[in-house]
Amino acid sequence: MNGVSERTASGRHGTANRSDVTAGLCFAFLAVICALALGPSMAPYDAMGANLTIGLGPPTESHWLGTDALGRDILSRVIVGARAALLGPLIVTLVSMVFGNALGLIAGCRGGWVDSVVMRWVDLMLALPGLLVAVVVIGALGGGYWVAVAVLGVLLVPFDARVIRGAALEQIPRPYVEAARTLGVPWWRLTLFHVWPNVSAVTVANSFLAFAMALVSLSGLSFLGFGADAGQPDWGLMIAENRTNLFENPASVVAPGCLLILTATCVNLLGDWVYQRLSERGLSR
Amino acid sequence: MSVRSTAFLLFKRLVAACLLLAVISLAVFSLVYLSPGSAEQILAGGKGSIPPEQLQRLRAEHHLDEPLLTQYWIWVKDAVTLDFGQSIQTALPVTDELGARLRVSLFLGGYAFVLTTVAGVLLGLFAALRRNSILDRAIVASTLVGLSAPAFATALLLLYAFAILVPVFPAFGQGTDFLDTLWHLTLPALALATSSTAFLVKHTRTAMLGVLDQDHVVFARARGLSITTVLFRYVGRNALIPITTISALTFIQFVVGAVLVEVAFSLQGIGSLLVQAVAAKDVPMVQGVVMLVAVIVIAANLVADLFSMAVDPRVRLGGRAA
Repeated sequence: MNGVSERTASGRHGTANRSDVTAGLCFAFLAVICALALGPSMAPYDAMGANLTIGLGPPTESHWLGTDALGRDILSRVIVGARAALLGPLIVTLVSMVFGNALGLIAGCRGGWVDSVVMRWVDLMLALPGLLVAVVVIGALGGGYWVAVAVLGVLLVPFDARVIRGAALEQIPRPYVEAARTLGVPWWRLTLFHVWPNVSAVTVANSFLAFAMALVSLSGLSFLGFGADAGQPDWGLMIAENRTNLFENPASVVAPGCLLILTATCVNLLGDWVYQRLSERGLSR
Repeated sequence: MSVRSTAFLLFKRLVAACLLLAVISLAVFSLVYLSPGSAEQILAGGKGSIPPEQLQRLRAEHHLDEPLLTQYWIWVKDAVTLDFGQSIQTALPVTDELGARLRVSLFLGGYAFVLTTVAGVLLGLFAALRRNSILDRAIVASTLVGLSAPAFATALLLLYAFAILVPVFPAFGQGTDFLDTLWHLTLPALALATSSTAFLVKHTRTAMLGVLDQDHVVFARARGLSITTVLFRYVGRNALIPITTISALTFIQFVVGAVLVEVAFSLQGIGSLLVQAVAAKDVPMVQGVVMLVAVIVIAANLVADLFSMAVDPRVRLGGRAA
């Protein structure tokens, strides 16, 4: 009993609890990554510039993370790689959110055979190993970064559609929906202006998860050679290129690997936190 | 639920599985037509111009003058007898290559499955029993990282940590006999198991916390039954439910993860075969690998559903697993 009262008391005392601190740290980390991606290049060297006279080397004073087999500075490539790491997943997320929200809302609000058709399709897509489908399709279509982005955008739609449909289904029995229906609001208006604002917390939180999934999948595709074009600074591709240099310059693999894991973790944590905050606000309303 | 309705359900699922295989195979068969470039160029390996007599031979060999559905039917008739044609890269039968590569992939998958199940349940159990302790917090925190980390990044970090910094495991190779294979595949299996273990820990912990607070468990403890008895008799069955309901999902994670991990560790398995075949536009090989993976995924889904029906009466009695 004592423990319980202590916990609630400590929760009330502080203005920020542990999850807020974690979220703040995640936000700070992601802000740095965004600054690297969007701001003026802070890379000390040209990320694409090969320097064969240096060649492969471990970290030194002039090259903090060493160089790869072509003498390219790892630190510069990691910094410039932040752009590919954020831009592609951002577009994937946007595409999957637009179509996923639309499908999920239509399925949830209309119900009936529309719902059945959409959900059977979603079940089928979720039962597929997505990354393998992406590999085969990209291989057949001829590859490239933007093809990978487009294919992943489509593959992430069912994840989103399922979550949004679930959230929409929770709204349907509520009085405001019935009231709107009684007033003769057409279904598309009801969906777009009445139900959607009420599931927006889920939409926002889910877009974080979709972003993390896109980041991990896209870098995975780059790692396998079906994403970023050869030579481009991209974390997944860097890991693949420098995998054989693990003995000579481990930093060339460890740095992009750690950044990838940290970024994905931070996005996921921030998504959880946003969801919690938004649903708390929703409950108190 | 009677035996008859179970049999009916099984029959329905098998029919659905066959339909699904037909759809997938048609989609994969159409790959040749989807790919940019002419069909005979792709089947010849896409290398420059082809001499006319070879072109003639290729067209005849792959029945390219027949209509698409007839071609598909010819392919299906061979595929049913496990004949997927010859690899463009090696000119060896696709089926032989698949057979040769299957061993290491199955070993890797099985090893990772054992690791996931054992570590996932034990860690989830510990975390739930020591709720809010440092151990619990540490487990939950590492779960968050494990869930987010892509398998290939984990693989390379493990490789660096345990094959180079502290060289306890080999950096490459896939072993000869059983123990040697076990030793060689430990790091790949760990990398493959990381995210699914994190997933399982999360679900087991939540399920356990729900069960441990229930009256019948509290009452069993109050009657003086030991904690181990309670765990085995009352809680264990409930811990099985998350394992079975997410095992199909875990399996798909494995199939995807295996590709990344096999490439990361240079293992000659089915996953790395798919990547090599797609990169080389080796169409018969891609078709063979995709069909094999499709059969495995469908079978695993079916087994997981049957298993969850056996364990969870709620699934048996009505509706679907939550």
